[in-house]
Amino acid sequence: MRTRNIALYLSIAAIAAACGPAPEAGGGAANTIVFIPKSTGNPYFKRVDTGFENASKDLGFSFDSQAPATADATSQLSVIKDQVQRGVAAIVISANSPDALNQALDQARDKGVVVATVDSDLTGNESHRDFGVLPTDFSQIGPSQLELLAKSINYEGDFAILSATSDAPNQNAWIAGMKEEMKDAKYAKMHLVAVVYGDDEPQKSSTEAEGLLTKYPSLRGIISPTSVGLAAAAQVLENAGVYPGGPNTKGPGVVLTGLSTPNQMKKAVDKGVVASFQLWDPADMGEIAAYLAMQVKDKKLTLKPGDEIDVPGHGKVKVGENNVIFAGPLVTFDKDNIGNYDF
Amino acid sequence: MKRLPLVPLVLLVIAVFVAARYVPHFFDARYLLDTSTLYIEVGLLALGSTLVIVTGNIDLSVGSNLVLSACLTAMLMRSGYGTFAAVTFSCVVGTVLGAINGLMVAKLRLPSFLVTLGTMAAYRGAAQAAMGAKSIALPDGFKGIDQSLVFGVPWPLVIFLAIAVVSGVLLHRTVFGRWAFALGTNESASQYSGLPNDWTKIAVFAYTGLMAGIGALLMDSRLAVARHDLARGIELDAITVAVVGGAAITGGKGSILGTAIALFLLMTVRTAMGVANVKAEYQLTAIGALLVVTVLASEFRRKSAADE
Repeated sequence: MRTRNIALYLSIAAIAAACGPAPEAGGGAANTIVFIPKSTGNPYFKRVDTGFENASKDLGFSFDSQAPATADATSQLSVIKDQVQRGVAAIVISANSPDALNQALDQARDKGVVVATVDSDLTGNESHRDFGVLPTDFSQIGPSQLELLAKSINYEGDFAILSATSDAPNQNAWIAGMKEEMKDAKYAKMHLVAVVYGDDEPQKSSTEAEGLLTKYPSLRGIISPTSVGLAAAAQVLENAGVYPGGPNTKGPGVVLTGLSTPNQMKKAVDKGVVASFQLWDPADMGEIAAYLAMQVKDKKLTLKPGDEIDVPGHGKVKVGENNVIFAGPLVTFDKDNIGNYDF
Repeated sequence: MKRLPLVPLVLLVIAVFVAARYVPHFFDARYLLDTSTLYIEVGLLALGSTLVIVTGNIDLSVGSNLVLSACLTAMLMRSGYGTFAAVTFSCVVGTVLGAINGLMVAKLRLPSFLVTLGTMAAYRGAAQAAMGAKSIALPDGFKGIDQSLVFGVPWPLVIFLAIAVVSGVLLHRTVFGRWAFALGTNESASQYSGLPNDWTKIAVFAYTGLMAGIGALLMDSRLAVARHDLARGIELDAITVAVVGGAAITGGKGSILGTAIALFLLMTVRTAMGVANVKAEYQLTAIGALLVVTVLASEFRRKSAADE
């Protein structure tokens, strides 16, 4: 019975300890924006955090980032409820589920909390949030990638595309965008010789990239708008030594570009295998979402489709259907600026 | 020698008072009652798991059972059936899926860990096969049980408490409960005493399945949507709660009161850390530490009781 007594004394001690002053009731979080990423430990969302932090200095709000431990459909529910209870002014979320969070978000909005999404929207359930900020206008990715390659090969020569899977909707939309843009007269001397698919598998992507080099000896460029393909192709070019200025390069060499994150491409850029590539900067989403959330909270703004809003540092931003806003544009990363990014 | 589940009880008392004293915004009845609705499915599965663990078995498939029942029930409602049909259907599906585990464990003499490891994958796989990547919305009349209150208390919490009482009577006050403890304490002894071991096994797994079926209904109503990938990892939460509540993985020990207290402990600790803005990775560490501390304290208490 000794341990039982110890236990009882312990609880009495705890009760006694609790009879001190109650915690001061809040108001402390009334000027706070909280960002709820998909899960912890993702550098991409850390970069979104950076955007919010930049904005918090300019706009004078306090900022918290509070991720669930796992990217489950419902892991964000308790985070939402807890933040509402803390009395935050706005919840910005990268939704893990397009529909399972509806009720919790409605509850938050009923209590006057501004609710917005970034990067991952409540597709089909947009009425449960005030607005959504998405990475970039995807219709600009194709033309932007083409122009990046064209500039580095002087608008002349054969090039190929190394894509992911043949049925990936984004990839196909971007490739269609490039083909459409090719009709422009300034690309008249450029020829798209092949579109190959690496299925976003490193091995298959490498094989496809090697195939391009053997099959098209006059190849001047490769665009790989997927990070797996771009990394694999960079390795192939490095091994073959045929990048511009490479040890086995005859003539001007093969220029490689595409879409990826700075962290994944840093080595290839440092070695000179890849001169430049693109992606949106996730921090832009944070900055724009923060500005709009503060405006909506202060009732200086009601968003509706068709509006154009002047966001400091981002110029005029267009509000699209369902209050979707595109951040962006794409950022071109190269030797000079890649060190400034960590995601 | 009936004893109070003192370890979780003391931890709960400490947790509540520490949170009430040091965490702003925590001690707010409406908020606490509202967040409790997030934990009711875990609680129901933990009640069932307590019975299974008492018999010396384990059920890893409870979460997958819950998801499959939730998805099938949502599909049933989509094809036009009403709430009464849905409730009956979900309870039956859950119970049958649970009984399948019990049958394999009892009749094929397979270890429950392996059987339910298999059905954990199979049931969730079946849910995905039935639903694909889509989600199904539940009809408006069925939504929002977590927001409807009886005397200020959300319905799911009332349902949990009622089922906890029923489970407590079942495990601690009936012959069936004695059989379950006997089975978990010494299987061959209870075999030679002529106790219906097979029947007891099938019954505890079926009961856990019923808990999954009821949990499925609560989740469908709470989220207003069913999908194959919901409630991931819920089985581990349920087992954690049962073990913190005093159930011994080796069988023969466990209490429904302990499990219920452990659920409120988990709820208090998670909610307090959430509203105190503790980062998710530290929350996980704290919950893990809590499990270890409880198991060690219970073990210490058992040993020192044996010394006296």
